[in-house]
Amino acid sequence: MSTRIDRPAIDPPLALLAELTHRCPLRCPYCSNPVALARASEELSAAEWIGVLREAAALGVLQVHFSGGEPMARRDLAQLIAAASEHGLYGNLITSGTLGGSAEIEVFAKAGLKHVQLSFQDVAPDNADRIAGLAGAHGRKTAFAAAVRAAGLPLTLNMVVHRQNLRGLPDMIDMALALGARRLEVAHVQYYAWALVNRAAFLPSRAELDEATAVVKAARERLKGVLTIDYVIPDYHARRPKSCMNGWGRQFINIMPTGKAVPCHAAETLPGLDFPSVRDSSLADIWYRSAAFNRFRGTDWMAEPCRSCERREIDWGGCRCQAFQLAGDASRTDPVCALSPDHELVGAALAGAAASPPAFVYRQYR
Amino acid sequence: MERLIVSNETVLGLAPHIVFRFEEQRQRWVILAPERLLLPDEQAVEILKLLDGKAGVGAIIDVLAERYSGAPRELIARDVTAMLQDLADKGCLARVDAH
Ligand code: SF4
Ligand code: SF4
Repeated sequence: MSTRIDRPAIDPPLALLAELTHRCPLRCPYCSNPVALARASEELSAAEWIGVLREAAALGVLQVHFSGGEPMARRDLAQLIAAASEHGLYGNLITSGTLGGSAEIEVFAKAGLKHVQLSFQDVAPDNADRIAGLAGAHGRKTAFAAAVRAAGLPLTLNMVVHRQNLRGLPDMIDMALALGARRLEVAHVQYYAWALVNRAAFLPSRAELDEATAVVKAARERLKGVLTIDYVIPDYHARRPKSCMNGWGRQFINIMPTGKAVPCHAAETLPGLDFPSVRDSSLADIWYRSAAFNRFRGTDWMAEPCRSCERREIDWGGCRCQAFQLAGDASRTDPVCALSPDHELVGAALAGAAASPPAFVYRQYR
Repeated sequence: MERLIVSNETVLGLAPHIVFRFEEQRQRWVILAPERLLLPDEQAVEILKLLDGKAGVGAIIDVLAERYSGAPRELIARDVTAMLQDLADKGCLARVDAH
């Protein structure tokens, strides 16, 4: 028997983000969906998604995140959850909680769903509905949270925070506890897609950020073993970039509604990269062999200052999309890094956000 | 909800919706949890396999002290309790009630 192992030197992906649809009843001005949204008629079919889930499990994917848009806008969601579960994938639903309630959640739980992440726009209902661009959204979410807990599923609350809701942070933490969540994500807006369009309306000041960070730190200590708080800072205020997706093509594969595969949800905007579709390629080919997934993998693509930096395998040079958006070249150091020659661009954005926030540009089909 | 404090008497099991399984592709044990993946080391795997929903933490420490008679029991007790407390704080373990 041959003992030769024919395996590429790239690790298999850990998680698959399944963006089932771009349809959503909300219109969040920080939505991470692309500014050019996909239509329902272009979406992958249930059979196509089930094929993707089977391939993902065979490839070594462990978790699948059903996301969107609003994934519950798809009538076949329970079928997809069941398929994931059959293949041993740990299923997570990322939802706005505005398109259903107990009946749906019960079905999902029976189909093998493991966890629900529910987003809120604020703790104050009026401001929450204003940000979501939908009257009554907050009330529906609160009822949805109760349905999730009644079905016995663990709940994570996701709060996207920014200068127009950050003051409510202590109350948001109380709300998470009251709704029976075991995890809370406090995620400062990341400036891509619609959020980039609305950047000046969202960017907090340094002082506002520091206050929020102190609130999170104190709550983590007080609530140890009761509520886990994940905290994502707005990297414009950092001196070193985030380890975006833990490195390009290292752990995550993201499938867009039309079947296009990308290493992160914003990557589609990068020029010169031809992202493959699950409609024409196998997931294994996409992950191991496509030019797009190999383009910024590892450290070989790096120029200075990243190439010789001791942090190059910690943050992988930061975010490629941010480098493109701010400096116009995806292969440059993330301008958020204080060592980047383009770092002043970030300072200019911060200065530009100092005045009173402009009106939102709500997410919409164009 | 209150924090679960691990002591000798506590009987622990995996919390609902936590999956602890051997993963073929990577040839190692994994813990799958909400939005989180843990890769337990060999020691942790051995301890987790001893959580049968009946034995208290003290009894599990006894089993391990027997297996590793070279190491002082207090040392084993400290490591095991710390590891289980950490997993409990991460929401991976729950108390198993006596029937
Ligand atoms: S961010 Fe808001 S608009 Fe975008 S998909 Fe989520 S809930 Fe819908
Ligand atoms: S120079 Fe590059 S690798 Fe070094 S900290 Fe900055 S972004 Fe990271």
